[in-house]
Formats: sequence, structure tokens, C-alpha cells
Amino acid sequence: MAVINRGFGARRRDHDPRLPPGQTLVHDWPVLSAGPTPTIGTDEWAFTITTESGAEHRWDWQQLHELGVEDVVTDIHCVTHWSKLAMAWRGVPVDRLFASVDTHERYVMVHSYGGYTTNVPLADLLGRAWIATEADGAPLTPEHGGPARLLVPHLYFWKSAKWVRGMRMMPTDQPGFWEQNGYHLRGDPWLEERYW
Amino acid sequence: MSAPARVDWHVARVVRRTPETGSAVRLVLDVPTWPGNDPGAHLDIRLTAPDGYQASRSYSIASSGPGPEVVLAVDEVPDGEVSPYLVHDLVEGDELEVHGPLGRFFVWHPDESDRSPVQLIAGGSGIVPLYAMAAARESVPDGAPFRLLCSVRTPSDLFFADELGALTATRVDVVHTRAVAPGSTEMPGRLRIDSLAELTAAPSAAPRIYVCGPTPFVEAVTGWLLELGHPPAKIRTERFGGS
Repeated sequence: MAVINRGFGARRRDHDPRLPPGQTLVHDWPVLSAGPTPTIGTDEWAFTITTESGAEHRWDWQQLHELGVEDVVTDIHCVTHWSKLAMAWRGVPVDRLFASVDTHERYVMVHSYGGYTTNVPLADLLGRAWIATEADGAPLTPEHGGPARLLVPHLYFWKSAKWVRGMRMMPTDQPGFWEQNGYHLRGDPWLEERYW
Repeated sequence: MSAPARVDWHVARVVRRTPETGSAVRLVLDVPTWPGNDPGAHLDIRLTAPDGYQASRSYSIASSGPGPEVVLAVDEVPDGEVSPYLVHDLVEGDELEVHGPLGRFFVWHPDESDRSPVQLIAGGSGIVPLYAMAAARESVPDGAPFRLLCSVRTPSDLFFADELGALTATRVDVVHTRAVAPGSTEMPGRLRIDSLAELTAAPSAAPRIYVCGPTPFVEAVTGWLLELGHPPAKIRTERFGGS
């Protein structure tokens, strides 16, 4: 593509090498959701991992916290071109939930309150993802996915499912909500895997 | 437009540029390779500075159907990087790189068989994709009943005002939050749950609802819609900006 926009660039932001291609640094935190914001109280909240055998592993709010919440400082990248760098989160590493789960399947469909789904390979969750309960030093607000959302910062942020309620193991990678609606099956920001 | 169009980069040429409101411009683009888009779809515009610096932003498309004409209405974001360029510096004959069409969820399909009512609710520049839907509805014989509620600050902030006034297949209601037209008996004021209920299809009509606008507007309106009894599954949202 050889289109040069004469006169553009005067209001440019500083380029930061920590930004993946096509991303712009923002200092607010945009909200994007396909539908209304669900409201779930922590007293009714539960997270369930379901395996191929039908076994269900369930944690309520307190049980989640008993696994140990840790601090995470990470960059996040939205497919709509905005990124936030060095954002402070708190969450439970997904590994700690899977420690008690027996499965041979390698793919996960993540489910949220309100019906949202997204698919993630298990290898992209272990050691690289959290069930997050706080961001920027405060409990996650409902607009941003509270009481808990998945946090998978190395993939585009639509994979960090808001209002997360569980994971279902699957033998092959199947498209979740946005992946059925034009977005890339994996979503690596460094390869600009935005759309089909 | 029922078969999904491939998402590609295209070169667009600005054919016409006219002021839309005091802060927005209407851009008519000629995009020879455009595959067409559904009403409600959007595209990314990528600008490249002479030294190679690039920035991309998403914009809803005000038109629908086959190309090559694609219409945008861009509102200037105060302190923005891309919108001030599009609103003030772009001239007719300039070229732009666009990436699209994007959006398969916040779209309305004119060839649908569903005849249940459609309720569109727009805050400010959120009118753009909803105007595309209402404009497409004009050419559908015996289509679903359409209503459009727009919330804007003053009459001069309404995008596509003339076209909205000429729609025959969509009932349009406008709420002015700061100032009304001279001689109007309307009282200016923000939309509230009671005025929302008065000016939109009731839950008993089971409308399919599309809400678009700044995030705080969408959050408030969807909260009220749920309170009024509309099921969440019938509400689709498109938001911009932080909370």
C-alpha cells in the first residue's frame, strides 16, 4: 500500500516499542461489549471447569480466593487498536484451578455470565492466564467484567472473557462468540491476528 | 449481503466532503474494490505520515449495500489524533486506506424474514450505524416496523437530519439534552427511564434493540431497558470511549 496522507502526523503519540503493530497507547480504559452488562453478586458467583468425562470442578468466591490471589503487572491489547501498558491486576493463576483437574483435551471454551464465549488453547492458559478480580488497585467493576474475568494478556483482549463463569474442555479448537463473528481463532496481537 | 465478505485493505478516494455538524464531517468515498457491507458495519481507517508513522481508528459506515460508494460521518474527538485530520485536513481527491467491512454482530440484514419490531437508540454520533440500518429499511417492502430514538445536545448536533426527516419506514424521535429548536415546546433535558419508555417499543412488542453511543450513554440506556423488562438477549450494543 503506498497511500501517504500528506499533513498527517502532527498530533502523533510517541511510538512505544512495547506496542504491537497497529496499536495505540491509551490512558483511559475503553469499554466494549456486545450487549448489556450482567450483574452478578459475589455470593452467587461460581466458576466451574467441566472435563470430557463430565466431571465438574467448582469454586465459589471464597474458594477461588483460597487458591491465592497474586499481583500481575501486564500490558493489554484490544483488537480495536487500543493498548494499555503496565496495568496492575490481581488474580488467581489458572494453573492453580487446573492442578486438581484431570483432562486429556487441549482446548477450552470459556463461558461467561450473560452468554459470552471465547475459545482458548489450554497451552495459552497454563502459566499465562489468571482469573482476575482487581484492576488498577480496585475490584473489577461490572462494565470491565467484574466480579471476575479471565485475563489472558498475550492474546487480544476479547479472549479475556468478562463475567467469567467456567471453562469446558474440548478436543478441537472451536470458535466462540467473536470468533464466529469475524474475529481470528487465536488472536495473537504480535502477528496482528485480528480477523478471519 | 448475507454471504460474509472477506476483510481486506482497500484504497478509498474522497469524492465529497461536507460539514455534517459543527464538529463533524460527512465523507463520501469511492472504493473501487469494496465488496459491499451490511447496515451497521464499520471499517478501520489507517493514516500514514510522510515519515511512515501510522495510526488506525474504527468508524461506523453510514451506507450499506454494494460499493463503490461508502459514506462515513466522522465526529472530531477533542485532542484526538486521527479524527481532527479527517475533519479538518482531508480534502476531496485525497486517498485513504480502509480495512473492512468489519462487524457481523451489530448489523441488521435487510433480507431477513423476521418481522418483529426493531428499536434503534442512538447517543450523539452513535447514530451513524443506526442511520445506515434505517436508510436500508426504506427499500424493504413489508419489512419489520422500525423506530429510532436519537439523543443529541441541540438540533444542530443531529447527523443526517434532513435524511432522517424524510424517512417513511422508520418512526424517528429526537430528544435534545441541552437546547431545543426556537419555537419548540419541548423541554430540553437528558433521557430518563420514563422518557425512554415513552419513546421506544414496549417489551410486550418483543423488539430487537440496537444501542450505540458513548459508553456512559449505552450503560445508562441498557440498564433502563433491562429495568423496563427487555430481555438482555434482545439488546445489542456498540460503545465507544472509556467508562
